[in-house]
Amino acid sequence: MSQSMTINLKIWRQASGAADGGFVAYTVENVLPEMSFLEMLDLLNEQLALKGEAAVEFDSDCREGICGTCGLVIKGTAHGPHAATTTCEVRMRHFHDGETITVEPFRAKPFPILKDLVVDRTAFDRIQQKGGFITANVGSAPDGNAVPIPKTDADKAMDAASCIGCGACVAACPNASASLFVSAKISQLSYLPQGQVERGRRALAMVTQMDAEEFGDCSNHGECEAVCPKEVSIENIARMRREFIKGAFGK
Amino acid sequence: MSSSGASRLDAKIPSGPLAEKWDKHEMDNGLVAPANRRKFSVIVVGTGLAGGGAAATLGELGYNVLNFCIQDTPRRAHSVAAQGGINASKNYQYDGDSVDRLFYDTVKGGDYRSREANVYRLSQLSMDIIDQSVAQGVPFAREYGGTLANRSFGGVQVSRTFYARGQTGQQLLLGVYSALSRQVAAGTVKMFPRHEMLDLVVVDGKARGIICRDLTTGELKRYQADAVVLATGGYSPVFYLSTNAVNCNATALWRAHRRGAWFANPCYTQIHPTAVPQMGDYQSKLTLMSESLRNDGRVWVPKKAGDTRRPNDIPEAERDYYLERRYPAFGNLVPRDIAARAAKVECDAGKSAYMSSQSVYLDFNEAIGRLGRDVVADRYGNLFAMYEEILNDNPYETPMMIYPAPHYTMGGLWVDYNLQSTIEGLFVAGEANFSDHGANRLGASALMQGCADGYFVVPRVVANYLAKGGLGEASTDHDAFQEAESSVRGRYDSLLKINGSRTVRDIHWELGRTMWDAVGMARNKGGLDDAITKIGALRDEFWQNLKVPGEGDDMNKQLEMAGRLADYLELGELMARDALAREESCGGHFREEHKTEEGEAKRDDDNFMHVAAWEFKGDGQTAERHVEELSYENIQVKTRSYK
Repeated sequence: MSQSMTINLKIWRQASGAADGGFVAYTVENVLPEMSFLEMLDLLNEQLALKGEAAVEFDSDCREGICGTCGLVIKGTAHGPHAATTTCEVRMRHFHDGETITVEPFRAKPFPILKDLVVDRTAFDRIQQKGGFITANVGSAPDGNAVPIPKTDADKAMDAASCIGCGACVAACPNASASLFVSAKISQLSYLPQGQVERGRRALAMVTQMDAEEFGDCSNHGECEAVCPKEVSIENIARMRREFIKGAFGK
Repeated sequence: MSSSGASRLDAKIPSGPLAEKWDKHEMDNGLVAPANRRKFSVIVVGTGLAGGGAAATLGELGYNVLNFCIQDTPRRAHSVAAQGGINASKNYQYDGDSVDRLFYDTVKGGDYRSREANVYRLSQLSMDIIDQSVAQGVPFAREYGGTLANRSFGGVQVSRTFYARGQTGQQLLLGVYSALSRQVAAGTVKMFPRHEMLDLVVVDGKARGIICRDLTTGELKRYQADAVVLATGGYSPVFYLSTNAVNCNATALWRAHRRGAWFANPCYTQIHPTAVPQMGDYQSKLTLMSESLRNDGRVWVPKKAGDTRRPNDIPEAERDYYLERRYPAFGNLVPRDIAARAAKVECDAGKSAYMSSQSVYLDFNEAIGRLGRDVVADRYGNLFAMYEEILNDNPYETPMMIYPAPHYTMGGLWVDYNLQSTIEGLFVAGEANFSDHGANRLGASALMQGCADGYFVVPRVVANYLAKGGLGEASTDHDAFQEAESSVRGRYDSLLKINGSRTVRDIHWELGRTMWDAVGMARNKGGLDDAITKIGALRDEFWQNLKVPGEGDDMNKQLEMAGRLADYLELGELMARDALAREESCGGHFREEHKTEEGEAKRDDDNFMHVAAWEFKGDGQTAERHVEELSYENIQVKTRSYK
């Protein structure tokens, strides 16, 4: 078994959305390099529980990088220093014995803090509800092979569809823009023949809601693409802009 | 201890030829006129393929739907994690597939312990699922000509699995989520994220509501409706370590069970053959490596016991490709129960991968030679990357190491053909019910069942139930709501007051060890008896010595986990009792006393060709076992063989 480490943490604690928050220092011993970052936080919470102290609240679920539930800013970077991983996929071997690690929630005005490291990302759901779908009631679908879709289009749609809705793009953006998230869905459906009918309306409605939620504008920093655990391309944002313009002036 | 319970366990299978049952049933079912639908409300708990699909479709039809999930958004339900694919009997590959063959494979794969009529309906509906998903914009893999691509999965000899890279569950769920989002905007579905169902409310014998805890504030809330649908998934985390998400739980099912819903075949659990092996006791979960990897990966162990050489140092002649040797017809693509058990047999004999005595190799060297590294990367790249991140080992260079892990539960609440439980008005869909997979589920069939139940079955059977009428008023002021809320409040207050010295994780870990050792891949009478005693003692320990920090009227995930563990401590015992009572081996249920000379599962069709459904008899009482006899009229019951 590999050498265990001592890790110093500075974790953002905040009792509720209304309360003031601040960093609290903790030390966790017996951290193994094989542990995931969240297993290290589990260990901290075990130690706190035995002392009768309230656990550090953080969201996580699948712990294999697909559900999009977890999301921490680790050492200043959303989902940590390693590219193309979610917070739950970060392993402690990327840190060294005695290192001090700051841990913060995803910060953005449209993602209010609920408690400690847990934020409310329901703004994403409201954007989705405005047009992130193809209107196809159960019972009305033609045969799956009725409309051929070129492999290259299907692949591009899949690239965009791999977004897990974690919100790291928003947390990393200096403007707290949700453009990468919104553009991924608009792009996915714009590549598919089934998505053509509602194409213009969809882009207009989703972008309008994104603005209403007070996400900032995109100014091409590219931070979103850099932290995206699924490597969703910033090219989608260019596509979203074209879709929006077509939607606004197309008819 | 067994009784027939025949009156309660009427499966209500429609008469007529198998292929016509569902259509005939549809015609016989009652309808609710479009203008009347908005007068009915339906509670749906869960937003995965089954729950979300049902909620969206009921919304499209015009019912008022209240949809609940414990996640912060419906798009994160655990269906999201399914990797490999979804089966459908389209026969797009013209390799001999058909509705009948998917039906046959599923019944055989389940070791003749599922209900014929349900499986046939599933097989029929499988095609509609693909059409519906394509129409919603699910980006399935395509051939260059633009048609849908397929791959093979275990236990079958056709290619009928549709997939979206290694993220099929995610893409299907996003289809469900998009349909759901549209209904939320339309006002037919009201969504309640971060809400956990903690009790079922039964009024005059009918399911009429639920009690939820708002996970953000800790507030308890009452919700009322004309019918309740549970689609809350399975209970693999009873083993603590499993491939499931850490929040997957049995609480909604168990609370309904305590209110009168019988629990069917709780011991039928699926141990998936290919997960990243367990490495240490700090782990919070085990990561699945998709079954699709067995299309190109070859499973082996060293021929010599105790061989600790690195895999690339072991010459070809000294490797035992034991699945190809034992099952030449299906090779590495035998069904999950068989592949998992075979790995255990090798490891028990001291033959394992070097990393631990509980690991075997999954080798892609031959595939990389045959197809080239790029093709392998295109097919499995995301899985290889996940593996490398966990084990710091490159599977393109050295074989993967894998071992079986708890993955799926075929058992669940008993339901009839209409997916109605033993409580009137309580419907159960997806992994949460028991009906379609028998004693072993085939790969890529969970997504199929979730979608079939959600999109197609629940909306029709619930409409029929509502059309029958006779539902009186049941406001949230009713005594039954009052009683249920008080009971939940008392229970959560108790958890906080224990103030002992053991954490939730600590006790859950111990339960998991006991379950894995005695109720895991191999079971025997001595071990099961012992487990029942140990679990009882651990339950006492839990209620006397648990430590839950924090408050009840606040976000408190330790408290949430404590409530779920309390239910696992009861369910775990029932699983052991069910395994003990089933004196045979079938599918994933392997009793060491009942095996063939070759070590394969040995069924006892004369005495156990039935569903076991357990009735809750009260705290401190042993549950009562009832049976629903299974009959096979359209399929010849054989000894299952993949040789």
